[in-house]
Amino acid sequence: MSEIAHAATISVLVQNAPGVLVRVAGLIRRRGVNIHSLSVGPTEDPSISRMTIVVDTAPERTEQFAKQLRKVVEVLRATAIDSSPTVDRELALIKVNVTPGTRLEIMEIANVFRANVVDLTEKTMTLEVTGKGEKVDAFVQLLVKYGIREVARTGQVTLVRGAQAT
Amino acid sequence: MVRQVIAPGSAKTAAPRRQMNGAQTLVEALRRVGVKLLFGHPGGASLPIYDALYDAQDIRHILVRHEQVAAHAAVGYARASGSVGVCTATSGPGATNLITGLTDAMMDSVAVVAITGQVPRPVIGNDAFQEADVTGITMPITKYNTLVMHPTDIPRAIYNAFHLARTGRPGPVLVDIPRDVSQEICEPDFETVPHLPGYRPVVEGNPNQITEAADALSAAARPIIYAGGGILTSGATPELTALVDATGIPVALTLMGKGAMDEMHPRCLGMLGMHGSAFANWAINSADVVLAVGVRFDDRVTGRLKDFAPHARFIHVDIDPAEIGKNKPAHIPIVGDAKQVLAALGPRVRAPQIEAWWKQIEEWRRRNPFRYRQRDGRISHQYVCDLLNRLTGGRAIVATDVGQHQMWMAQWYRCREPRTFITSGGLGAMGFGFPAAMGAKFARPDKQVLALVGDGGFQMTLQDLSTAVEHELSLPIVILNNGALGMVRQWQTFFYRGRLSSSILRNPDFAAVAQAFGARGIRVTRPDEVEAALTTALATEGVPCVVDVHCDPEENCLPMIPSGQSVAEMILDE
Repeated sequence: MSEIAHAATISVLVQNAPGVLVRVAGLIRRRGVNIHSLSVGPTEDPSISRMTIVVDTAPERTEQFAKQLRKVVEVLRATAIDSSPTVDRELALIKVNVTPGTRLEIMEIANVFRANVVDLTEKTMTLEVTGKGEKVDAFVQLLVKYGIREVARTGQVTLVRGAQAT
Repeated sequence: MVRQVIAPGSAKTAAPRRQMNGAQTLVEALRRVGVKLLFGHPGGASLPIYDALYDAQDIRHILVRHEQVAAHAAVGYARASGSVGVCTATSGPGATNLITGLTDAMMDSVAVVAITGQVPRPVIGNDAFQEADVTGITMPITKYNTLVMHPTDIPRAIYNAFHLARTGRPGPVLVDIPRDVSQEICEPDFETVPHLPGYRPVVEGNPNQITEAADALSAAARPIIYAGGGILTSGATPELTALVDATGIPVALTLMGKGAMDEMHPRCLGMLGMHGSAFANWAINSADVVLAVGVRFDDRVTGRLKDFAPHARFIHVDIDPAEIGKNKPAHIPIVGDAKQVLAALGPRVRAPQIEAWWKQIEEWRRRNPFRYRQRDGRISHQYVCDLLNRLTGGRAIVATDVGQHQMWMAQWYRCREPRTFITSGGLGAMGFGFPAAMGAKFARPDKQVLALVGDGGFQMTLQDLSTAVEHELSLPIVILNNGALGMVRQWQTFFYRGRLSSSILRNPDFAAVAQAFGARGIRVTRPDEVEAALTTALATEGVPCVVDVHCDPEENCLPMIPSGQSVAEMILDE
C-alpha cells in the first residue's frame, strides 16, 4: 500500500455471472492502469457480489473508471470512493519462523496489533491480522526480522460510513 | 433486419411448448425479433444452425466468401437501414475472422448481432479442433457477449442481444453457441423477455441542464453545433435542423455525422477535423459556446486537446455518460438521447445575435473552400468525388473504404439525407467499403448504393465480388486507383522525408478481375472518360460494375491538421 502514488478505491456491485471479473479487470487493464488490489465476495443477496478495487490512478480519472464500469452489462452499481468517510479493512495471514526464544516476543507484537495466532508448529507460527492496509503493512514490517515464510492478503474491502450507500 | 421492437405475447395466449433442437430454437428466436436476413459463412460448429436455416423460408442467408465481409456487410446493413445487422460464423477461424468488423461496429456504435458456433460443451477449454475462446477474445470489442450453455437459454440470449445492440449507445453483441447445444432437443419458452437489471440507458436529459444549455446558447456570440453519429443513431435530424433553422447557429459535422444534416443547408459547414474544411475548423476553434451532440471528441476531430476550441464553453449531449468529460471537460453535461434532448432544448433557445459571427464564417468559407485542379491530363481523385456528388445529387448511399479517397469523398460528397454516408470512422478498417456497400444494398434495394474504394483497401475484401454477382446486385464500385496506399504515402511524403517504405502497389487489372468474377469492369485513364464511365456504372442494373479510375499518383489530401497538432498548424496548400 505504501508505495502507490495515487490509490483510488472503486466499489462495484455486480451480478454473480461467469466472466464478470474478467470484464471488470479487462476494462481497467486496457486503460494501462495497475490493479493494486481486488477483492470479491457475495453480498447479502447471493446473486450479487461486491468487488472492491484499488487502482493506481489519479483521483480525477477515478470517476471515468466508474463510468466505464457502469457500462458493463452485469454491473449494477459502481462508486468511485473519493471524499466520503469510509471503513477500509484488509485481512492478512502471515507465516513466520519461530524458535522457542522468539515465540513470546512475536506473540507480544501480535497482541499490540490485535492479531491472532491461528496455527503454531515447532518452527512456524501463522498470524491473522485485520485492519487498514497501513496497519497490516506495519505489522508485516515488524515480523520481517523473524523471517517471514509466506504472506496472504485479501486486499482492501470498503464500505462508506453511516446511512449513505457505498 | 429488425422491423419492430420485441413484443412477446402474453403468457396466457402461449401455445403449448413445442419440442425442437437448439438451432431451431435460435432460428425461431431470430424470427421473433424480426430478422429477415443475415450474412454468414458455415462451418463444422455451425452445421446444426445452417440445417435449421435450410427450413427457414422467411429468413434469407447471404453466403459470403470471408467472414470479415459478413461482419462489415452487417454493419452496412445496419447503418443504411437503422435496424440490427446480423452475421454468423463458425467456431475458431470463422469467429476470429469477424473480429475486425465487430471492432468497427464497437468503435462506430453500430447495432450488430453476431452468432457464432462453438465447439461442443464437453471439449470447451481443451483446445479442440477449431476452438477459440471467442467470448474471451471479443470481450473488449463487443457491447456484450455470452456463451449459451443450455438450449432453453437461447430465446432470452437472443432477446437480450437484440435489445442491447439497438438501445442506448448501440453496439455489437456476440452470442456463442456450442454445437451440442444447437443439437440438443429442448422445450424453449419464447415468451421470455430481456432481463438485464444492470442495463438502464438514460434517454431523457436533465431539464435543469437543458435550461442552462439553452441560456448559454441564447447568450452566445460565436456559437457552433458539433454534431456526430449520435444524431443519426437517434434519428435526430429533424430536431437538429429545426434548432438550426430557428437560431441560425452554424453546424460542423464529424465524419460519422455526415448525413446528420443536409450539407447543402447554408448553416452547415460540412466536416471538421483533420481533413475537414478550414472554415469549419476555424469556426469551432473561435467559438465561445460549443453544443456537442452525439460526438466523442475523437483525436481526429480535436487534434491536440488543450488547444481545441480553447475559448469555448462545452455543452456535451451524449447517451453514454462515460463519453462526457472523457477527453474534454464539459461545462454543461447532458446525458440523454440526442433526439429527446434536442427536442426539449430547441424551443428554449432564443436566437442569439450572431450576424458578425456569420460574416466572419462566410469570409473564411469564401477564402478557403475545398478546391482541386486537374494536372496535365491526370485525373484528380477530387474530381471523381465531386462528379459522383453531382451525378447522384448527394442522395445515393455511399460506402467508402479507408484512406485518402475516404477523406476526399467526405469533403466532396454533400449528403442530403441521413444514413447516406457509410464509412469506417473510429477503427479506420481498410477492406470495409465494398462489403459495407453490399450490406447497404441488401438493406435498401430501392436506393442507389455505391462503393468508393482505394486500390489498396479493395484488395482486402474483393473476393466477395462473387457474392455481389451471385445476388445480381446493382452496385457500382468505383476504385480511386493511385497505385499506392495513398494516405501512407502522403504521411511518408510529409513526415518521413519522402521515404516511401512499402506504400507503392503493383496492382492487377481491376476491370479484368471484375470480369473474371462475372461483374462488369471498366478501366478509365483519361479525365474525359470519367463522367461517361461513372454514368454507365450508376445505371448498370443486375450486376456489380467496377470502375477502375487511374488517378493522379501524387495528389495529397488537404487541408490537413497533422496528428496531435492544432488548427494553427493546419496545412492548407502544398
